[in-house]
Amino acid sequence: MADYKNEFGFFAERPKVEKKLFDRNKVIAGLVIFLVMITIPLWQNLGKTVAAPAPNLDTPAIQKLAEKDKKCVMPTEWMRANHMQMLVDWRDNVVRTKELNVPTSRGREFVAPDGKQYLASLTNTCFECHSNKAQFCDQCHNFVAVAPNCFGCHLETGKKLAEAK
Amino acid sequence: MGMDRREFIRIAGLSTLLGLGGKGAFEILAPGRVEAEIIPAPGAMKAKRWAMVINQKKLDEATAQQCAAACHRVHNVPDFINPPDDQLKLDPAVAHRYEVKWLWTEHFHNAFPGDAPPHLAEEVEHMPFLVLCNHCANPPCVRVCPTKATFQREDGIVMMDMHRCIGCRFCMAGCPYGSRSFNWKDPRPYVKDQYPGYPTREIGVVEKCTFCAERLAQGLQPACVEVSGGAMVFGDLEDEKSQVREYLRTYFTIRRKAHLGTNPQVYYIV
Repeated sequence: MADYKNEFGFFAERPKVEKKLFDRNKVIAGLVIFLVMITIPLWQNLGKTVAAPAPNLDTPAIQKLAEKDKKCVMPTEWMRANHMQMLVDWRDNVVRTKELNVPTSRGREFVAPDGKQYLASLTNTCFECHSNKAQFCDQCHNFVAVAPNCFGCHLETGKKLAEAK
Repeated sequence: MGMDRREFIRIAGLSTLLGLGGKGAFEILAPGRVEAEIIPAPGAMKAKRWAMVINQKKLDEATAQQCAAACHRVHNVPDFINPPDDQLKLDPAVAHRYEVKWLWTEHFHNAFPGDAPPHLAEEVEHMPFLVLCNHCANPPCVRVCPTKATFQREDGIVMMDMHRCIGCRFCMAGCPYGSRSFNWKDPRPYVKDQYPGYPTREIGVVEKCTFCAERLAQGLQPACVEVSGGAMVFGDLEDEKSQVREYLRTYFTIRRKAHLGTNPQVYYIV
């Protein structure tokens, strides 16, 4: 074997450094505990099924509607996918009327494809029918774990202004 | 098989339409609409420049308080001084710091600082001046807002978009009239009777009078004007037939801190 040289001189052979994991048991135990801790949510929910959201349409305002009028401002499937974008559009159109950076500003009356007109208002139109936030809105919002902050300001007890006066 | 000329032209025309535009061409030409759209509300009050004249001669203390109460009721303005629940009662020494005001009364020397002569008419000295956002034509609050949460509409209303407000309070520093209030606490428990047609606010946003933009859109006068019994007049400054212009023609009016160059649009008849 060739001589091994370091800065202090020559050695007969390369010094043997023991390749070893110090405190092996503690380290491995710690790793196992760490892995279990961060995967606890997985273990806890293993095999559990979460009930599908069941939004409830049974409110006094909806019951009062005639059978052919029992529909939302847009088709249900479309609303399910796009209501958040629609509400943002409504907001921009109503609040930021004629603002330069919102090119869509037009007004506060929403005309559905079937020609029916609605006031573009979360408080006064949506919550008018869907006055049951816990059974309607929260159902899906909780299921997909989103927390929209609409309800911090918009009162859930929507009522037409005319009735309030 | 025969085909008369009329039938031939009809089929040829429809085929051309189908060839050029496909199925969509028929849908566009068909009566009704293809897509949902948003249009201006019918019956909305429109103006080139909204302005307000407050006739202090007609305004007594009771009417002034009534106007303020009507405004605060329809806009769900919280009351931190007299909360609806005794448990919510705040230390009276600090309660006024949380106060949210859209429309309130001041004495002359507070409403028009520097304008009072040394010996003011006694009647004016004790007059309750109704003060609110002046909806300035040159609004400093709009200039300083970093998020454009407050902005000037085409009809002159200085509007708030609560969705965009980040609560930096630059506008409060910019406004020389103290017309803006900050929500230091969650306001909802402090709203006495929740008015269902209007949202409340959240902690951390600035709010102020909006000239009842939501009522104008329905063709209604602002809430304060409605209950003022003629002491407040609201209308289009650009329309020379409007009542506002009539008052401005007839009476001498003053404005708050007009020398600052904000061009306030609330005029006072004293």
